Amino acid sequence: MTVPDLSPLTLSLRVALLSTVLAAVTGIALARFMGRREFPGKSAAEALILLPLVLPPTVVGFGLIMLFGVNGPIGRLLEDWFGIRIVFTWVGAVIASFIVSLPLMYQSVQAAFEKVDPRWENVARTMGVSEWRIFRKVTFPLAWPGILAGLVLSFARGLGEFGATLMIAGFIPGETVTIPLAIYFSYEAGRTGEAMFWVVLITLLGLAAITWLNGWRRKTSRRRGRE
Amino acid sequence: MVLKAEFTKRLPQFDLQAEFRMDREIVAIVGPSGSGKTTFLNCLAGTVKPDSGRIELGGRVFAEDGRKPLRIQERRVGYLFQDYALFPHMTVRENILFGLPGKPEPLHVKELTELLGIRPLMDKYPHEISGGEKQRTALARALAMKPELLLLDEPFSALDDETRLRCRNELMRIHRDWQIPVLMVTHSMDEARRTADRIVRIEKGRMAELLISEASL
Repeated sequence: MTVPDLSPLTLSLRVALLSTVLAAVTGIALARFMGRREFPGKSAAEALILLPLVLPPTVVGFGLIMLFGVNGPIGRLLEDWFGIRIVFTWVGAVIASFIVSLPLMYQSVQAAFEKVDPRWENVARTMGVSEWRIFRKVTFPLAWPGILAGLVLSFARGLGEFGATLMIAGFIPGETVTIPLAIYFSYEAGRTGEAMFWVVLITLLGLAAITWLNGWRRKTSRRRGRE
Repeated sequence: MVLKAEFTKRLPQFDLQAEFRMDREIVAIVGPSGSGKTTFLNCLAGTVKPDSGRIELGGRVFAEDGRKPLRIQERRVGYLFQDYALFPHMTVRENILFGLPGKPEPLHVKELTELLGIRPLMDKYPHEISGGEKQRTALARALAMKPELLLLDEPFSALDDETRLRCRNELMRIHRDWQIPVLMVTHSMDEARRTADRIVRIEKGRMAELLISEASL
């Protein structure tokens, strides 16, 4: 078996990393906002964030084409103003991965924030500490195990994204072919060995991520006892 | 430093109707569970907002009808929570100095930690120290910001008899040195009688002063 072109690996890692960063920033900000504010339509807003979790990825892909396609409202705006095209580019793959991994990040972070006893934040307030410093030094570190789980889940989801990516980014070797796309099209073309190579690689990546996360959790729970 | 609190707060079972005044003394608030003791402290600290009324400490208004309440951060109220609520991911030193970032340890904190006997524990985490040591760390933390009012919620309830006696003596000594109003919630009448200058009883949200002689009966 010859070693195939490795661009799907580098592209997959780039797409998954960028979409995880986007999902982390957005997920943490949204979870923080939703956890502290009550407003009309909050349930509907939350349902919208979680929707990609229950929709087929092709529906997400279809929606993204409608929004970011050359005739879509955002797509046309980006092309006219900045000359940026989203469809059939790796940026489209990042957006697809971001949308499908955001609900996982949001749910993990929200649960992690809820587990932080509000007394700790109140103690810090009585000590004169600003809200931003309380978030950075109390809430965030205490919620970190849950946030980290969200990061790993989002990364894995981004790495494995197929349906929405295929619809918005298409199959352009070297530009938009991530590992899941490489598996599907290698197999379709009868290159079973190549498909197998990518299957083994992505499985090992997934296993490594989960093993590392579990090891890290054991280590930190030993180091930091809870009161 | 006079604390004046006259406010109401609606609770599920009854209304807390606070009418309270104290100076630089130790006052114990006693009463059965669920009588509104902790809510009273929380309203003073600012973690709970009264429905109406006024709270004032040394001329500074914490809460008043028609005005936005003073932020918790600006009240200068030290609060020792029940079970202490030490930050589990910070050392004793980091816990105590959390409100004083980027500054060298102030002299009063050094003296305080020496008095409370927690200098040898400064680099330990909360899960590595005993209940009495946690209580003293939480007390040092509550006092590190030089508060103008100290609130203590069941400060001695989790301690054995010997540690309780020691912690109580330390508290009384700190009160003598610092001369700030100390308000202590306890369910133990004996504790209140031994520690406080005055005792106030809350029952179903109503406050009434008890004579120390009555409390000892």
